[in-house]
Amino acid sequence: MSHAEVERVLHYPMTPDAPLEPPAEWAKLRQECPVARVTLPSGDEATLLTRYEDVKQVLADPRFTRQLTADDAARISDSDTGVFSSEMASVIPDSGEGHLRWRRLVGRWFTAKRMAALRPGIEAMAEQLIDDMVERGQPADLKASLGFPLPVYVICDLLGVPAADRDRFAYWSDTLLNLTRYTQADMDAALGEFVQYMAAHVAAKRAEPGEDLLSELAKSADEGGLTDAELIATGMGLLVAGHETTANMIGKMISMLLADRSRWERLLADPSLVRPAVEEALRFDANSGFGLPRYIPEEAEVAGTVLPRGTTVVCSMAAANRDESVFDGADEMDLGRSPNPHLAFGSGAHSCMGQALARTELQVVLEVLLRKLPTLDLAVPAQELRRVDGLVVGGLSEVPVRW
Amino acid sequence: MKVRVDEDKCCGAGQCVLLAPEVFDQREDDGIVILLDAEPPEHVHATVREAAAVCPAAAIELSEGA
Ligand code: HEM
Ligand code: SF4
Repeated sequence: MSHAEVERVLHYPMTPDAPLEPPAEWAKLRQECPVARVTLPSGDEATLLTRYEDVKQVLADPRFTRQLTADDAARISDSDTGVFSSEMASVIPDSGEGHLRWRRLVGRWFTAKRMAALRPGIEAMAEQLIDDMVERGQPADLKASLGFPLPVYVICDLLGVPAADRDRFAYWSDTLLNLTRYTQADMDAALGEFVQYMAAHVAAKRAEPGEDLLSELAKSADEGGLTDAELIATGMGLLVAGHETTANMIGKMISMLLADRSRWERLLADPSLVRPAVEEALRFDANSGFGLPRYIPEEAEVAGTVLPRGTTVVCSMAAANRDESVFDGADEMDLGRSPNPHLAFGSGAHSCMGQALARTELQVVLEVLLRKLPTLDLAVPAQELRRVDGLVVGGLSEVPVRW
Repeated sequence: MKVRVDEDKCCGAGQCVLLAPEVFDQREDDGIVILLDAEPPEHVHATVREAAAVCPAAAIELSEGA
């Protein structure tokens, strides 16, 4: 990149040449311009970080806040980002003591031990969904058949929502997150129905607690636990945080593994690689979405560059995950890579609370597919997979497969 | 190898427990890390190193040697 080109303001996010590949700019930015000025879709300017050390440092530094509502913070796009800025979602505290309290209360449900206990249930759901897909015949869309429903079913279980209501949850989540195109009227109606359902559900759990997360949080209300509004917001927050992300990751992981079928064969030959292969898919995912925006209300320094107060910083975890100075052969997908300290779940105090659950879901999906459909393959050339246009979370619109 | 954990930094992500359940556990009430074995045996050193490397909160500190 010549000096003149570096001076020119870049547009972010950048578009890659192929659906599973990173944009060519990332490597150049890491090398030549680790603290880059970019223009966001809204036209506002921000500072883009692409190096591993810098991204990790900023995500762990509480001076870099999530307060993107500040007057001089950059807006990501012109349109409202929907549910992310809705009042319901903002009931979940964003920072400080309140966030810590919420995180510790809810976090007890995301321990490794609980995940081990959830695993057989997730396995049964994955098997059922795969059986249904096989019965409907090939080719099939793996995203719609498995990637999309599984994470909703899992969250329903967590919330104690009965199996009969799962598909309503899937519809609400789809509508609220606007995964498929919906009108504002559809979204408003879905939000109303969801809140009404959750309010009744919370009341029922208070009256007759079960073994689920909501019952547990409701029970502890007297001991400084959560209010009804917080419980409803927690249910919604978990859907928002855990559905689209995991659904897309299932599709992308399987696509990456099938795009070069020797990867799939290697897993068939050695299923003990499932765990590191999931981590490597998370690292290698070049289409993980926008990255994490942060706002600094005071001056700060990153990689020797002073950022004035009021700067909005965008951390590209996907670019950081391809940093050669941390990952040997960063542009190779190495299914046995270990350790693999990728940043796909963020880092520090806000790093993904559901990561143990997400990992469990991804491992189970991969194990069950390898076992039940060893002949699985993409039904279209990998180059023809299409990315979704969603701005926040990256994914593929369909994952056509045969077996 | 000596292991130390910083409970204040820990964000309860449970990565360490998934990797080395012999050495780490999580508190029932909030998911914060519990160190089970501050001087773990040789055969788990590799997984403990991996846990320290991938801990999202950098809450696991190792001193090697001896
Ligand atoms: C592969 C799937 C997933 C990915 C890539 C992912 C990624 C992330 C990232 C990058 C963050 C950090 C946000 C920030 O720092 O501002 C985050 C936060 C969060 N995630 Fe996930 N996530 C996934 C699945 C899940 C699941 C399954 C759940 C739960 C059901 C979940 C619950 C959460 C919650 C509650 C937060 C907020 C934590 C906080 O503010 O302290 N995530 N996730
Ligand atoms: S991996 Fe780190 S943050 Fe997660 S539970 Fe263990 S010590 Fe805590």
